[in-house]
Amino acid sequence: MGMDSLIGGTIWDEYSQKVTDLMNNPQNMGEITEEEAEAMGAKLIVADFGAESCGDAVRLYWAVDPKTDKILKSKFKSFGCGTAIASSDTMAELCKGKTVDEAVKITNIDVEKAMRDTPDTPAVPPQKMHCSVMAYDVIKKAAAQYKGVDMESFEEEVIVCECARVSLSTLREVIRLNDLTTVEEITDYTKAGAFCKSCIRPGGHEEKDIYLVDLLEEYEKEKMSAAATLGNEGGATGTFKDMTIVQKIKAVDKTVDENIRQMLIMDGGDMEILDIKDNGENIDIYIRYLGACNGCASASTGTLFAIENILKEKLDPNIRVLPI
Amino acid sequence: MKVYLDNNATTIVDPHVFAEMEPYFVQRYGNPNSLHLFASETHPALKDAMEKIYAGIHAPKEDSVVITSCATESNNWVLKSIYFEQILTGKKNHIIISEVEHPSVIATAKFIESMGCKVTYLPINHEGIIDAQTVRDTITDKTALVSVMWANNETGAIFPVEEIGEICAEHNVPFHTDAVQAIGKLPVDVQTFNVDYLTFSAHKFHGPKGVGALYIKKGKELIPLLHGGSQMGGYRSGTLNVPGIVGMGKAMEQAVDSLDYEMEDVREMRDTFEDELLKIEDTFVVTPREKRTPNTILISFRGIEGESMLWDLNRAGIGASTGSACASEDLEANSVMEAIGAAEDLAHTAIRFSLSRYTTQEELDYTLDVVRKAVERLRGISSTYSYAPEGHESGLDAHH
Repeated sequence: MGMDSLIGGTIWDEYSQKVTDLMNNPQNMGEITEEEAEAMGAKLIVADFGAESCGDAVRLYWAVDPKTDKILKSKFKSFGCGTAIASSDTMAELCKGKTVDEAVKITNIDVEKAMRDTPDTPAVPPQKMHCSVMAYDVIKKAAAQYKGVDMESFEEEVIVCECARVSLSTLREVIRLNDLTTVEEITDYTKAGAFCKSCIRPGGHEEKDIYLVDLLEEYEKEKMSAAATLGNEGGATGTFKDMTIVQKIKAVDKTVDENIRQMLIMDGGDMEILDIKDNGENIDIYIRYLGACNGCASASTGTLFAIENILKEKLDPNIRVLPI
Repeated sequence: MKVYLDNNATTIVDPHVFAEMEPYFVQRYGNPNSLHLFASETHPALKDAMEKIYAGIHAPKEDSVVITSCATESNNWVLKSIYFEQILTGKKNHIIISEVEHPSVIATAKFIESMGCKVTYLPINHEGIIDAQTVRDTITDKTALVSVMWANNETGAIFPVEEIGEICAEHNVPFHTDAVQAIGKLPVDVQTFNVDYLTFSAHKFHGPKGVGALYIKKGKELIPLLHGGSQMGGYRSGTLNVPGIVGMGKAMEQAVDSLDYEMEDVREMRDTFEDELLKIEDTFVVTPREKRTPNTILISFRGIEGESMLWDLNRAGIGASTGSACASEDLEANSVMEAIGAAEDLAHTAIRFSLSRYTTQEELDYTLDVVRKAVERLRGISSTYSYAPEGHESGLDAHH
């Protein structure tokens, strides 16, 4: 949490001077008309992204030279907050003079960095990074329109955190390599989830196909199933009889945990394994009854047969269970 | 020029209130629960303040008014106490609130919902008001509490608490109302209708921050909020906030004295200001004036995202508010606007101006001038404004 989070504060104090200036006086605000584009010998592209209902909408105008694919002029209009207006303005500025292919490579991170006063201080507070993402998306929309292709074709990867532009494959790799178990760790390693936070879990302002918590759960399941496979592999090299004593104890333990203990606990009892010995034909498992099982009449009859049968069935038909 | 038009968020401390509080910081600082002369120095002022607070809401002496730290605390207390007493014990399993309650009610309701309580969220109509009938329709014999605010903080809409109180009484269901936006703006008398719990907070009526209260009708006891010593009748232990209570008492007295001014003069200033705002094209308000607290305007400027309007107002020294979009951390649209069913494109355009008895005509004239310029500038930037088709369905009535 930390002191800053406890007090909170006015987000506007966290804007860079550049953002403030651009919001107050955007440089590339306006439209490009058909006639204007024609006079330049350029093709006019008008792309819309977002919607008023989402609280953010931006329209990008490009005059593109069809011979060189160069963006000769770039303007914008925006329905949005200060960050949205300033970042749309910056985005329009960055497009100027670039080819359409170059412009598509501009990310919201580039836009945010261009609005910084000093290289190391973010231009906007974390929760406002989201507002610069739209500027990135509208470029793709404009480029797709110019090239007559689908917007998705510019997206090479699935992006989980739009603000920090962290892809699904990067996240999966980083989580695995570093054995990450919390969202905070993911954020420390990748910056994913550090900004608008809607990629962390459902319920944020943006709905996602996959969230950081899903990736953690996916990795957790993977680890579990790997562990289970490993457990089986212990015996897979041979039969229960051929296992080392440690492997045997583990295998019996697991079987007791999964198939027997619950049944004993329900009656207020329990058991523990004392030893396992190979006695010629038989494999003898010495146990001690605990709780209500200790001294129970059926501990040497019904309960014992039940335990023995389960272990015989799951591990080896020659198992004998001997309560001590 | 600096203009403060966010009085539903908090208010300036009245200088008389401040003067009354001051001696209790440095001169008369004794813990009122001690057994020496320093303690007794504080008693007369505490007694006087409590009497003013009781008088302000017309609470009989046998009822309790427990001083808390804020309205959020009071609201949490009622709902959680009902949960522990009625729901956790299996006596009841249901509460009713409105879907536009303050977050301190909604979030607490959601919390106890996660612990197994059923919660009905009552809808509001196109004017932003709850229909009392919906309370009748949703009460069951398992309902442990109805909690509906007196007046809405966003729109100023006044809810039919008297009628809801009657319905609750008929069904013998406890009724809680969050009256934070009512004190000092409307006459509040707990004896004129059936209310069992009533929340209010000093800083909304020119008192200090950090002082709230919960009125509890006799016989409607709650479990203690803070266990410990026996302060506040054992309801809420902890050393009494003497300057705060003294401040709330004085603020309550001032609020009662200024009520006529608030209801007539402030209302008149608000109405004139609103008339002028509505002369700007494509502007909308939700709740009709006569159904609102006298100081509040929630107005939408089509094509202008709320926060960018706040930006321009702020630059000109004007403090207003928006519950919409980027201004708050959750980036959600104004919840009331959405609940009303306003067209989605308008939900992000709402700005709230809330006046007080300190607001002057000169300030409003200046604000009007700034708003007009901001509208022109921001609609010039807007990618959506000029494209709004003629006769666009707003879901709201244009009041001009």
